Amino acid sequence: MAALASSGQDKSPNLLVRLLARPTAAAGLIVITLVVLAAIFAPLLTPHSPSQLSIVNRLTAPNGQFWLGTDELGRDILTRVLYAGQTSLSVAFSVVIVSSLIGIVLGLVAGFFRKADAPVSRVIDAMMAFPDILLAIALVAALGASAFNVVLALGIVYAPRMARVVRASTLVIRELPYVEAARALAVPTPIILVRHVLRNVTSPLLVQGTFIFAQAILAEAGLSFLGVGISPDIPTWGTMISAGRQFMNSASWLLLYPGLAIVITVLALQLLGDGLRDLLDPRLAKDI
Amino acid sequence: MLGAALNRLIGMAIVMAIVVTIVFIIVRVTPGDPAAVMLGPDATAADVEALRQRLGLDGTILEQFISYIGGIFRGDLGQSIFLGQPVTTALWLRAEPTFFLTIFSLAIATVIALPIGVASAYWRGSWFDQAMTSLAMFAASVPSFWLGLIFIQTFAVSLGWFPTSGYGGPYSTLGERLYHLVLPATTLGIVSSALIMRFTRASMLDVLNDDYVRTARSKGMSEWRVVVRHALKNALIPILTVVGLTAALLISGAIVTETVFALPGVGNLIVSAVLRRDYPVIQGALLIVAGLYVLVNFAIDMLYLLVDPRVRY
Repeated sequence: MAALASSGQDKSPNLLVRLLARPTAAAGLIVITLVVLAAIFAPLLTPHSPSQLSIVNRLTAPNGQFWLGTDELGRDILTRVLYAGQTSLSVAFSVVIVSSLIGIVLGLVAGFFRKADAPVSRVIDAMMAFPDILLAIALVAALGASAFNVVLALGIVYAPRMARVVRASTLVIRELPYVEAARALAVPTPIILVRHVLRNVTSPLLVQGTFIFAQAILAEAGLSFLGVGISPDIPTWGTMISAGRQFMNSASWLLLYPGLAIVITVLALQLLGDGLRDLLDPRLAKDI
Repeated sequence: MLGAALNRLIGMAIVMAIVVTIVFIIVRVTPGDPAAVMLGPDATAADVEALRQRLGLDGTILEQFISYIGGIFRGDLGQSIFLGQPVTTALWLRAEPTFFLTIFSLAIATVIALPIGVASAYWRGSWFDQAMTSLAMFAASVPSFWLGLIFIQTFAVSLGWFPTSGYGGPYSTLGERLYHLVLPATTLGIVSSALIMRFTRASMLDVLNDDYVRTARSKGMSEWRVVVRHALKNALIPILTVVGLTAALLISGAIVTETVFALPGVGNLIVSAVLRRDYPVIQGALLIVAGLYVLVNFAIDMLYLLVDPRVRY
């Protein structure tokens, strides 16, 4: 409890410095930063266009001109991996936002109001009973396949994890003297929730958000592969692997490199998440 | 103890009721008329109306909910729109590959993860521990379908050791069918071994510092016996928990893996049901998978009650 209470003060500006002092977390942070920058500045990094067709160059193996080869329509794979990163990363990041919003509301309500705890917690338990991909494809099937609905579906799928973390922290913070003092001073409950409770659950939110970011990248790719995700016309790492599948025997680079992009990004996020957890949430750092 | 068991039972029943409700709601959030969506744009108004009646969509929401609950208690999960058979039959006919795939990959995951997890905890902080922990994290970062495709390319196409896909013919022997499962189960086993390994390591670390381990050592017992007979035995309960939950979650992996390897299992059925918007099948599969998860969880809780007197509150 003391550890959690003090974690609020750990958000000092030197979090970045302390993170960089840990080799694995630093590696994760640097790699994920590079991946994000590469996706944002894709137009500056590559001379090719992600959609320019070139029949002469189709299915070219990796060479000096096309570092990672070309696809069946002669488009440069490296360029497409960079541009696909824009979609994959923004979809996954939006999932983090959606799941955080739902999770914060559910978690705060369950953690702060004793009467609401049991019902909300049972709903969270029930939602956790659905395997993530299964619930996501069912939701996408019901809502219709579009990028927006994929984000919404995955946001709902990961919201219970966020809610659990927020609830656990809120339960502790609720009992702290400053919350009691605020109550005694008749501060309105919504203000207590936002100003005193929410501000102190940001650390576990950040940790959980990093892990959900990683999971969402894998899940989006899985949905695209199954053909129930984002439209195959929009390049994401998942749709690229899915489309490259038919050329697996003759041109394995079509699916090899988008897959590697996923592995590198997810690994970096997990390393970063582990580092953040060790620094911000000593309760959970217990070797798991 | 009986009181605690009864408490868990009520808790489980409540969660199960919410699961049923969620499954009911999911299919009904479809914008527009599900019957029209299922039949596609070419259907006539009469067809749509007939399907509405068959699915019981013509009643009020409450009537629909009641008849849905009634169906569940009778073991009736509705009729598949496209397969012309009851959902329960459709699921049952495809249960075998999924069942074997799950058992097989769980076995592979445990065989990989258990010794590595124990050794990592024993030599905590060593190069071996660090290497294995990193490897586990790497395994958890690989999309399973991508790994499956690489396995097909390497071990089935290039080396020709295993079949590329399928489950053998309808008259194939059990051996042939299991042979078809080697690559899919290895894929799924590797990807899910990471979680089991991390739990084994953490669970072993917990017990390795306990007094009885020190006592066992100080009376001159061999290290092997200390680690396996004393420490591992006590660390096993939390490990069993995660193995049990992994088994329930493997169905998620099975959905993707069965698609990669064209295995005619439940995962494959679910994906084709989603693509054809066969809502009764989606609904039935959701209910059974989530229901199994709740039951496994409950069983583990009961196991704890039996084995560990400290949790009897």
